[in-house]
Amino acid sequence: MSLLQVKNLVVEFPNRRGTLRALDDISFEIAPGEILGVVGESGAGKSITGAAIIGLLEPPGRIAGGQILLEGERIDQYGFEQMRHIRGKRIGAIFQDPLTSLNPLHTIGHQLIETIRMHLPLNEKEARERAISLLKDTGIPAPDQRIDHYPHQFSGGMRQRVVIALALAAEPKLIVADEPTTALDVSIQAQIITLLKGICHQHQAAVMLITHDMGVIAETCDRVAVLYAGRIVEIGPVHELINRPAHPYTAGLMAAIPDISQDRERLNQIDGAMPRLNAIPVGCAYNPRCPQVFDKCRSQRPDLMPAGRTRAACWLHETQTQQVPA
Amino acid sequence: MTALVQANDLAMTFDVSAPWLNRVLERKPRTLLHAVDGVSFEIEKGKTLALVGESGCGKSTVARLLVGLYEPSRGNLQFDGLDAHAVFKTHQGLQLRSRIQMIFQDPYASLNPRWLVQDIVAEPLIEHGLVHTPATLKERVGELLTAVGLSVFDGAKYPHQFSGGQRQRISIARALATHPEFLVCDEPTSALDVSVQAQVLNLMKDLQRKLGLTYLFISHNLAVVRHVSDQVGVMYLGRLVELADKHALFANPRHPYTRMLLDAIPKMTDTGRARTPVQGEVPNPLNPPAGCAFNPRCPHANERCRNERPLLLTISGIQIACHAVQEGRI
Amino acid sequence: MKQWLARLGDSDIGHSFRNSPVAMAAAAVALICIFCSLFANGVAPHNPFDLSTLELSDARLPPAWDALGSSKYLLGTDDQGRDILSALMFGARISLAVGFASVILSVLLGVTLGLLAGFLGGWVDAVLMRLCDVMLSFPAILVALLIAGVGRALFPNAQEGLAFFVLIVSITLTGWVQYARTVRGSTLVERNKEYVQAARVTGVSGLRIMRRHVLPNVLGPVLVLATIQVATAIIIEATLSFLGVGAPPTSPSLGTLIRVGNNYLFSGEWWITVFPGLMLVLISLSVNLLGDWLRDALNPKLR
Repeated sequence: MSLLQVKNLVVEFPNRRGTLRALDDISFEIAPGEILGVVGESGAGKSITGAAIIGLLEPPGRIAGGQILLEGERIDQYGFEQMRHIRGKRIGAIFQDPLTSLNPLHTIGHQLIETIRMHLPLNEKEARERAISLLKDTGIPAPDQRIDHYPHQFSGGMRQRVVIALALAAEPKLIVADEPTTALDVSIQAQIITLLKGICHQHQAAVMLITHDMGVIAETCDRVAVLYAGRIVEIGPVHELINRPAHPYTAGLMAAIPDISQDRERLNQIDGAMPRLNAIPVGCAYNPRCPQVFDKCRSQRPDLMPAGRTRAACWLHETQTQQVPA
Repeated sequence: MTALVQANDLAMTFDVSAPWLNRVLERKPRTLLHAVDGVSFEIEKGKTLALVGESGCGKSTVARLLVGLYEPSRGNLQFDGLDAHAVFKTHQGLQLRSRIQMIFQDPYASLNPRWLVQDIVAEPLIEHGLVHTPATLKERVGELLTAVGLSVFDGAKYPHQFSGGQRQRISIARALATHPEFLVCDEPTSALDVSVQAQVLNLMKDLQRKLGLTYLFISHNLAVVRHVSDQVGVMYLGRLVELADKHALFANPRHPYTRMLLDAIPKMTDTGRARTPVQGEVPNPLNPPAGCAFNPRCPHANERCRNERPLLLTISGIQIACHAVQEGRI
Repeated sequence: MKQWLARLGDSDIGHSFRNSPVAMAAAAVALICIFCSLFANGVAPHNPFDLSTLELSDARLPPAWDALGSSKYLLGTDDQGRDILSALMFGARISLAVGFASVILSVLLGVTLGLLAGFLGGWVDAVLMRLCDVMLSFPAILVALLIAGVGRALFPNAQEGLAFFVLIVSITLTGWVQYARTVRGSTLVERNKEYVQAARVTGVSGLRIMRRHVLPNVLGPVLVLATIQVATAIIIEATLSFLGVGAPPTSPSLGTLIRVGNNYLFSGEWWITVFPGLMLVLISLSVNLLGDWLRDALNPKLR
């Protein structure tokens, strides 16, 4: 059974000028222990996907349709109190800015122990031992001393390690990481990515890794979903998606990324920009910019359909469809 | 032929001491931050030098030194044979400024939110007295906007009505207004999405070809650097550790830090790669290690590295500051 | 003009206004008061300062709804036969004029000094901020009293104009500090932004950058403060007039009217002091409420 199932999720933001659909009928699954990457450009809706799953959508944003199932249990309609119990215990979260993720007024030990004791039946001493062992797992040197330090006494990379330890404190089955390495230096980024992969494997936690950096996805994830204008345009194993992208947007994106291993005279650019949420074209959202567009794209919106080894929402692959995708 | 831009032992020190009273009461010494500690390089006309490094390496400070936003604590900057900072202080300073311009990292903070786009682009023209009638001003602003891929009608809008990539284009249009010869670009695409980045980088390369521009390109993204530069300089804690032609640097990085950087970048071709990244973090710039700044993290550091600061020397066509390389150990 | 108003009405601020009954009511009340005071000559039923129209026999009449009152004087008359309602309008005119004038001057002084302090930094900033600290340690009324008192001592036979000048100056000097501080804080933030650096790279002089780039971006909070401070200024003026060092009796403001009426309070002629008091409350309350609404409307985080 899959750990997380998102079915036809719709997230809307009503405002006085109308209702904006930030996520329009998104469906995907995460298996236990799997690392799923969610990639997209600004405004595509990847952070909102993470927020909806953790239950931290900023009002007036709300889930307007679809289901989110955690181990078979529907969590999308839960109130604040119920989600509070799920957060931390079953779903952990890592955000982009380690500076604001930690309370500057408490030692990290305090924050760790508080989280541990909130979700696990341990006493003070046991919780402290567990906290120290978590800090050790995340590579913080001298954890028995540093557990009593305050966040400002750590560097950026170290803080992010503490945040990872916090996320894993109660042994959640799923971790939602929203741009965990974007604010860090390249060399630290590499360390954190390796850590995240290793420690999640060790604790058997699945990860939903949200980022705009395809390089990070390539190195870390098993599968990846590409978001565009609130819809998933392609989803599949990472190696396939990067080397044999089936959707023109994915292909365009891969070609636009500068390659460190070879020289290119010009980067492939996708003309135009992602449509604003209040101006999404009819049919396929990518059709105005697509180099392979044809008539059907402009009138009918494609669902995800099998395309080679991945699934893509593109009419180019229509003839390959044999069954209705899940 | 002398290079267009020549930096000689540029250094910038900031005084970040505690207030006088605190220093007296707590008997603390002055705290100085050596953001840039002796950087020298040359850029030839029409070429692009890229400076890469991580946070605290001083590359942004170098950028600001080159456009005259800071005055160097040591060293000088030669621009077309003139001592730039000396000229900035004179009446000819304004004219020199028209030849050197800058593009900034943050597309949201680099345009005044209360000004119309046409006023933003027109400001340098008016400041330098390059146009004399409202008609020519309008024409020139329209020219600049179309040159960067926007429309003439975009001038009548406010910056918040544009996306990040479009705002960077407006910044470029503003920078080009005075027909500059030298553009300093401080991480111009770091805040942009990948597809937009491609558009802006292509635009910058096209403009360079068309207008014969010289660029100093600051970035932390080595892939972007590979795409745009002719020469690459790697900085660490305020010093240049390696300076080489692009092909040489990427094919055969000599300095241990350069190697570490190149290795650390997640590559798309290595799906599922397992590797051991270098440990440690960039030290606090207020308290740099003695000797070579990289020695605590360097797998090849020896006693000399811990005590003696390596000089930037030319070895087989590249400039490198590393004892191990100079001694032939690696 | 109509197009501009339509756009304003449709904007976020306009929308917030239309959704707030308090703001609309406050604006309506404030507008009525301002209208009446501006056009008091035309709107007021009598001219209380035209000595020729006064009838001493009509002195101390209660309001119209009282048995002894007369419909000619809706809110009654004072000890010299002046119509209270008309006196209110003329008095409000003085109060509002002094209030607005002192706020405008406060804003000019405070914003300029705040910009200079924030932009130039160093010892200029230090000196100006210490000056602010000193000014803030004095209660506003005390400062105003001091200046007004000194003014009167220096010019004992001052004409009206000078008396008002001293009054406005004293209120101005109590109010400028908050603008200076707010603007200084905003300037410090804006100064480091890249559009200011871009202007410097272009070669624009510091003064021009301050005026044309930084100033438009720091004025937001000033508007809110100024609106609320109009109410404060009017109250300070009323207090000073009540204490006898404010508006001269020949052009009484609401405060003067309150003071004069105070003498008759215990003899039962309550209307002479209460109505000016109510008017004062009405004006300052509506302006305060407008200022509150404006602050919330302009705060992007609350939207």
